[in-house]
Amino acid sequence: MSRLDVIALRARIEAIETGRRQVREVLPFGLESVDSRLPGGGLTIGALHEVAGGGNGAVDGAAAALFAAGIAARTNGRILWCLTRPDLFAPAIAQAGLSPDRVIFVEAGDEKSVLACTEEGLRHGGLGCVISEVAHLSMTASRRLQLAAEGSNSLAVAIRRWRRQTEASDFGQPTAASTRWRVSVLPSRPLPVPGVGRHRWLVELIRARAGESADFELEACDDQGRLGLPAEMGHGSAQTGLGRRYASG
Amino acid sequence: MPLAKAQVLVPGLSVEEADQQGDIDALERLAFWALRYSPVVAADAPDGIVMDIEGAAHLMGGEDALARDLVERLSETGYASRIAIADTWGAAHAMARFARGPITLVEPGCLRPELSPLPIAALRLDAPLVEELRSMGFEQVSDLLTQPRAPLTLRFGPQLWRRIDQALGATSEPVDPVRPVDVVEVRRAFAEPFGAAGTIKRYIGQLVDDLSARLEERGFGARRLDLVCHRVDARQQALRIGTAAPTRDVKRLVRMLSDKVEEIEPGFGIEVMALAATWAQPIAPAQAISSLVEPGIPDVSDLVDVLSNRVGSERLYRVAAVQSDVPERSVERIAPLSPDRADTWTGRWPRPTRLLATPEPIETVALLPDHPPASFTWRGIRRRVKRADGPERVFGEWWRRDAETNAVRDYFRVEDEAGERYWVYRAGDGEDPATGSHRWFLHGIFG
Repeated sequence: MSRLDVIALRARIEAIETGRRQVREVLPFGLESVDSRLPGGGLTIGALHEVAGGGNGAVDGAAAALFAAGIAARTNGRILWCLTRPDLFAPAIAQAGLSPDRVIFVEAGDEKSVLACTEEGLRHGGLGCVISEVAHLSMTASRRLQLAAEGSNSLAVAIRRWRRQTEASDFGQPTAASTRWRVSVLPSRPLPVPGVGRHRWLVELIRARAGESADFELEACDDQGRLGLPAEMGHGSAQTGLGRRYASG
Repeated sequence: MPLAKAQVLVPGLSVEEADQQGDIDALERLAFWALRYSPVVAADAPDGIVMDIEGAAHLMGGEDALARDLVERLSETGYASRIAIADTWGAAHAMARFARGPITLVEPGCLRPELSPLPIAALRLDAPLVEELRSMGFEQVSDLLTQPRAPLTLRFGPQLWRRIDQALGATSEPVDPVRPVDVVEVRRAFAEPFGAAGTIKRYIGQLVDDLSARLEERGFGARRLDLVCHRVDARQQALRIGTAAPTRDVKRLVRMLSDKVEEIEPGFGIEVMALAATWAQPIAPAQAISSLVEPGIPDVSDLVDVLSNRVGSERLYRVAAVQSDVPERSVERIAPLSPDRADTWTGRWPRPTRLLATPEPIETVALLPDHPPASFTWRGIRRRVKRADGPERVFGEWWRRDAETNAVRDYFRVEDEAGERYWVYRAGDGEDPATGSHRWFLHGIFG
């Protein structure tokens, strides 16, 4: 099958998937290396995106929450944040560029009502982003959220956060989310003096609908919610370049 | 006890004439005030008020929270109060007066065991009847419950068993609620009683339509709506919703009422439905968005209303900055629709994404006075500190508590070999034992 056929086929499948709505808005990360790996050049607005932490982050969900806050900071309008465990520290969210005036928190009693509140927020359509912290996200539940997000063209981010490390294998189960991310902490940028430099993350794009998975080593959100590219990798990682040359040669 | 005897026993006793009418009037006023908690409130003379909180407790965050709030507010106005929540008026009446604590919650279906040990005076019987029963050896409610019904009724009249049945829920006892004057209310009586949820929803729509028109005449919007359904068996089922801002938007109010329709038990059927805006506020005319005006932030007040009716209004909040260096005091919860504060946390020190509710003690190896730990053990896992930043010194707020006069916390941001970053602090400045115990705690996790 020629390349043109594949492109035509992709366009047809996309037309079937998106229904009548042909224009897909995206929220770019502003990093060429990340955006180029995402279909449409960014996170699709009107879709559900899943974020989980790696390692201990699966339980504390600190990096995943900050990653989600960085996404929300770059949207317009109010943010609905549905959670069950109220241990999010708002000053940290403000430091990622998400003003506390914009975020409405819903402390739902259980996961079921977190999902119900999230869906309600998505159906409203006037919110910039709806973030929910859930442990279990079934195919049915995620499909409902995805449809609600599509219907009102709202951005939905589900932070997957489990009670125990062993439950994190749940992240392998399929859901209807359009992208799936795992954010793990890495040692911070080395400084010439003692101290902790800018935080760094290993951001893995585990699944992207109509796209390929990838992983990036990035610097954590700045005060505008933007991720950064580590300075020494500005021109691409030396290691990958080497690998590619060997493979082609 | 005669007055003269009491004056002898307590020197300097101040004497007041009993003002029974005044008491009843005050009770009536208190019942009007208590309408804030529930649409169905009545004075229970001579010394109580009765409220039907079914379908209304969720707005205050549940029955327990409602009772606590009520006790607190009453004590602020100088009333000492005792509260009981039970399935029936009779049981709640008895528990409020004879149970031990100031707040008693009787679980549904536990009426008989809870009432059994109470004295028979708890049953709202006339005083002579109580005396007569006592003289025959009946002391507790359980003594009566084990007796056959017919001989007792023959001997003491129908009142005795009627009261017992009312307390145990075997016969109904409707509450005749107080109604404030000048409240916008619409009601609809039906020729045939009905019970289907769909039908109730349809009539809710019609009632809200009428009410909205009536509110519009006055230029008002509803902050609180009470729907009272009168059933054919003379019981009432009430539903209450609250809004964050005055509104008379039909669609939104219907939606909020319809969300709660499952809480109405129609029983044998509903014959009258009444919808009242028990709390209304004027709506100021607002500029509609025209194409010349920049589209602002979309209005989310309807979403806030729907969600707060679902999970409770105290669970919906925004966070605002408080000028305090102590991390756990630097945030406060404010209402989701309060005006934007614009002020945010000053200071450029990084803050952790997750803050533990209580700092957890950790075992550390650290140099005093101002070095970060070289390694620490948290939740059984030992971590070597690779990089660290600090200290950020936080002083106790001496104007709050005496214990904080000298208290100091030294916060460090530490990173272990795997790159996990934590916020740890040492209680005390590392030199002076008066400033703290010099133990280490983990307080937050960075992303």
